[in-house]
Amino acid sequence: MTPDLAAAPAPTRASKRRLPVGTLLTYLSLIVAAVVVLLPLTVILLTSLKTSKEVSDGGALSLPGNWLNFDNYVTAFTDGNMLMAFGNTAFILFFSIGGTVIIGSMTAYAVDRFDFRGKKLVMAGFLIATLVPSVTTQVATFQVIGSFGLIDTRWAPILLYMGTDIVSVYIFLQFIRGIPISLDEAARLDGANTFTIYRKIIFPLLKPAIATVVIIKGITTYNDFYIPFLYMHSEDLGTISTALFRFKGPFGAHWEAISAGAILVILPTLIIFLLLQRWIYNGFSQGATK
Amino acid sequence: MTEKTDTARESAVMTGRSVTDKTDTGSHGRPGRRPAGRRRAPSAGRSRSWRDSPLRKITPWLFLAAPLALLITFTYVPVASMISYSFTDWDGVSPDRENVGFDNYVQIFTRPELFRVFFVSGYYLAASVVQIAVALYFAVVLSFNLKFRNLFKGILFFPYLINGVAIGFVFLYFFQDGGTLDSVLSWFGVTTDHPWLGDPTSANISLAGVSVWRFTGLNFVLFLGAIQSIPGELYEAAELDGAGKWKQFRHIIAPSIKPVISLSVILAISGSLSVFEIPYIMTGGATGTQTFVIQTIKLAFQFNKTGLASAAAVVLLLIILLITWIQRRLVPDDKVDLV
Repeated sequence: MTPDLAAAPAPTRASKRRLPVGTLLTYLSLIVAAVVVLLPLTVILLTSLKTSKEVSDGGALSLPGNWLNFDNYVTAFTDGNMLMAFGNTAFILFFSIGGTVIIGSMTAYAVDRFDFRGKKLVMAGFLIATLVPSVTTQVATFQVIGSFGLIDTRWAPILLYMGTDIVSVYIFLQFIRGIPISLDEAARLDGANTFTIYRKIIFPLLKPAIATVVIIKGITTYNDFYIPFLYMHSEDLGTISTALFRFKGPFGAHWEAISAGAILVILPTLIIFLLLQRWIYNGFSQGATK
Repeated sequence: MTEKTDTARESAVMTGRSVTDKTDTGSHGRPGRRPAGRRRAPSAGRSRSWRDSPLRKITPWLFLAAPLALLITFTYVPVASMISYSFTDWDGVSPDRENVGFDNYVQIFTRPELFRVFFVSGYYLAASVVQIAVALYFAVVLSFNLKFRNLFKGILFFPYLINGVAIGFVFLYFFQDGGTLDSVLSWFGVTTDHPWLGDPTSANISLAGVSVWRFTGLNFVLFLGAIQSIPGELYEAAELDGAGKWKQFRHIIAPSIKPVISLSVILAISGSLSVFEIPYIMTGGATGTQTFVIQTIKLAFQFNKTGLASAAAVVLLLIILLITWIQRRLVPDDKVDLV
């Protein structure tokens, strides 16, 4: 740490006049880091474009003979049931994100705008729940889901994603606090009832918080492996994580097909990341620390 | 190292507002909170009828019904039943189960093959030290003006967003014999026929390395957010006083981001204990890479030892609660401010 930090670049005029060794070292460290991050991904991209003969004959870093060989993608997409996987994932995403946004904002609204007996208890209930990591309780949660008869349905993950998301409640709570209560009161004078106030006034004003929650929830749900793996065994209920995991069997050592599958799964994330970069950074630094 | 992101954030929540205020990077950060006691301010009689109406008493409960039902069903019921299973020899399916007292707990701590998983966590714990150090370095470097700053930011953060199964496959190929790592090493004249995932030590180091690759970006973004919320005048003043970069880091940056670092440390510890995805996907827990969560899941769903698995889960939960408690004692300024 120490020597590297000392080499941090001078941000001021000095750095414009000449390139000190420190600046060069800083760029060098950044380039090394970028290579470390990108190399494994690039190799998978190259592999996905090779024929199976090229994969077995050439080294990992050799280039594909035909850069537009998308056969592996077709194989992965059709034989790997990727279309179904994307469908299932979209279904789960839609309901769990929608549910999280509605439930989280309603909770935050009720807690922030009302004084009621038992409020402290309710808040303590949410707070203590944040201390329980969901990985630890899965053995018992499995029995709960089982008693509802939801094992091996898409509703099991949907309920679990909605029910365990306390983070979003806090993000909404933080945000609702900043909305002046005079808005509520004005609406009430105009004859609006509590639900109308929530729906017509509070909810639309929560847009930035909703964006944060949708992004964080969306990315973690899209990438989650643990819950679909435990709760949805049927082949036709694969999410993109579990469907990709199943590549291990049928495609065995066919790295060109596995690579194509991995790229297919990564691609939507990459596109969304490039489009929404700024919001994603903010979402994660807010969501994680809240 | 935050293997399960939602877990991570769940435990992050309780560090509360003081962290938040410092890391808010401001795009939709909100300027102050509402004035204290606002709600109890006299409302000049405008809505007195509403305030006294019986409807007001039940309204909050209408809003809270669904969230509370979910909270109780999927958090409190499982915790309670997990504790009760942990004292039985239940197999998870049969209707009868017998009370075995603390036998399951005794087994976890006395059977070496069950206890071994804790040592595997050590590799991930060591990896998270590397991870936090690397993230801190790049966060400091990239908070200054550099060319291609946003490009580097994006590259460093992106691995955190990638699907875990895809990462598992990417690195399975990376560590193959004659795979990417071997090819790159041969450029530097290092030829090795070492099977990276072939023996417990190198397999665990390789997997922990994947974890660093994957999670450094999250720590990096958290640190970066915290550093950027430090007012720029502080640096200027320090520079006028003749403080060098290292001094600025020690006396301005480090103290300001202390809450976030402390948060990262606790996430690292609880994350190291609950590692699951990467080793499960890459090795299935073979060659000594089995972690606590893999073991618990195998006990519960493969060997039908629900009682024993529950006891293991209770142990994990207690360890994580203990760490959280210690962390909050050590960093007392992370006050929880809920209502």
